[in-house]
Amino acid sequence: MSKTHVTAKVNGDAVEFLCDPRETLLDVLRDRLGLTGAKEGCGTGDCGACSVTVDGRLVCSCLMLGVEAEGKEIGTVEGIADGETLHPLQKKFIEYAALQCGICTPGILIAAKSLLEKNPDPTETEVRYWLAGNLCRCTGYDKIIRAVMDTAAEMREAS
Amino acid sequence: MQYFKPATFEEASALAAGAEGITRFLAGGTDVLVQLRSDLVTPDVLIDIKAIPGTHDITRTEDGGWRLGVAVTGAEMSEHPDLGRDWPGVVEAMDLIGSTQVQGRATPIGNLCNASPAADSVPAMIAAGAVLSVVGPDGARDIPVEEVPAGPGKTTLKKGEIATALTLPPRGAQGGDAYLRFIPRTEMDIAVVGCAINLTVEGEVITSARMALGAVAPTAVVVHAAADALVGRTLDDAALKALTDLAEASCNPIDDKRGTVKFRTHTAGVLARRVAQIAYDRAKGAKA
Repeated sequence: MSKTHVTAKVNGDAVEFLCDPRETLLDVLRDRLGLTGAKEGCGTGDCGACSVTVDGRLVCSCLMLGVEAEGKEIGTVEGIADGETLHPLQKKFIEYAALQCGICTPGILIAAKSLLEKNPDPTETEVRYWLAGNLCRCTGYDKIIRAVMDTAAEMREAS
Repeated sequence: MQYFKPATFEEASALAAGAEGITRFLAGGTDVLVQLRSDLVTPDVLIDIKAIPGTHDITRTEDGGWRLGVAVTGAEMSEHPDLGRDWPGVVEAMDLIGSTQVQGRATPIGNLCNASPAADSVPAMIAAGAVLSVVGPDGARDIPVEEVPAGPGKTTLKKGEIATALTLPPRGAQGGDAYLRFIPRTEMDIAVVGCAINLTVEGEVITSARMALGAVAPTAVVVHAAADALVGRTLDDAALKALTDLAEASCNPIDDKRGTVKFRTHTAGVLARRVAQIAYDRAKGAKA
């Protein structure tokens, strides 16, 4: 089967890859580009572990084909820190111990970042609904929600 | 699987008409990719329609209605400043589907063409009087939304026909629509029963009514008699009772793990009352 040539941007860097049309964006990120931050949990868009942004829009990378990424700007968890300086969400997740095994964490970070860019002052209810598509099976949600709320407050003060 | 990204609907239609094996159109992919990944449906030909100009646009029609391109997503509908003022029921029905991530990709036209009996946006589009535009080898035609699903996973679209846009009629003064579904959780589930109602009023008196039920039959059910029960009356207890009886009588559900026949039938009546009240209040000027 012939592969398709795709050019895109990932975390600001131009990338190109050859992929089979059946490969998902998640397959491409992990297996072709070596970016293993996005995780495969369910593979059917239910768990959110594979969350990335595409042209600024939060999506499940398991529910998008690699070939659809042509010309798009992809954002993954690898791109949210500034060099050695962690993103405020990453710092707060550590401070609040808002993770245990960490499989869901990259997806939650990307989803939470996307929320705070759209709404810097969300209510707890808004945070819970926004993150309803990100499942965590070990920490539970409370620490995660508190970490996001506190990050939002801190980022509002800093800006 | 061959992947195509045509630049026009004519090209897309010609590809589908000439394709052998299983053909799927790809918009948001939230059903197509799940079916592909779980080996339920592996298309031989996959036609991505998102590169066709205009497919992402939400525009006012000349008569004051709305036209949604075939790739418009739930998130784009919810974020639109005016669409939800006219058709809050259609927007809230679409918004109930899946997570934030799914909303970023899922489309109401995909929800319609996937033809699940439990599709949330479909009863709302039917109640609103929405029309699907398609083009195919025999030219273009418009199909009322209720005539699109033919049964679970099947539509009335012919080989080579492709949906191009959805048109919502002008809202007009003193109208309101609403959609509710029952699920055992608060979020992220498939409707056990869904109900949509679209009303217009003059003062307190109902002047038109359309009701549709989801997940109680192989396709969404249009309850035409809802107009007879409501038009010319206010939404008093007798009208609500008549509507409840009609909703229950219109159900032809299955027993499954998500709900029994008895439960679904009863719930359809309960939802009909609640939805009617919301639509009625909106028609009289309540903000969505």
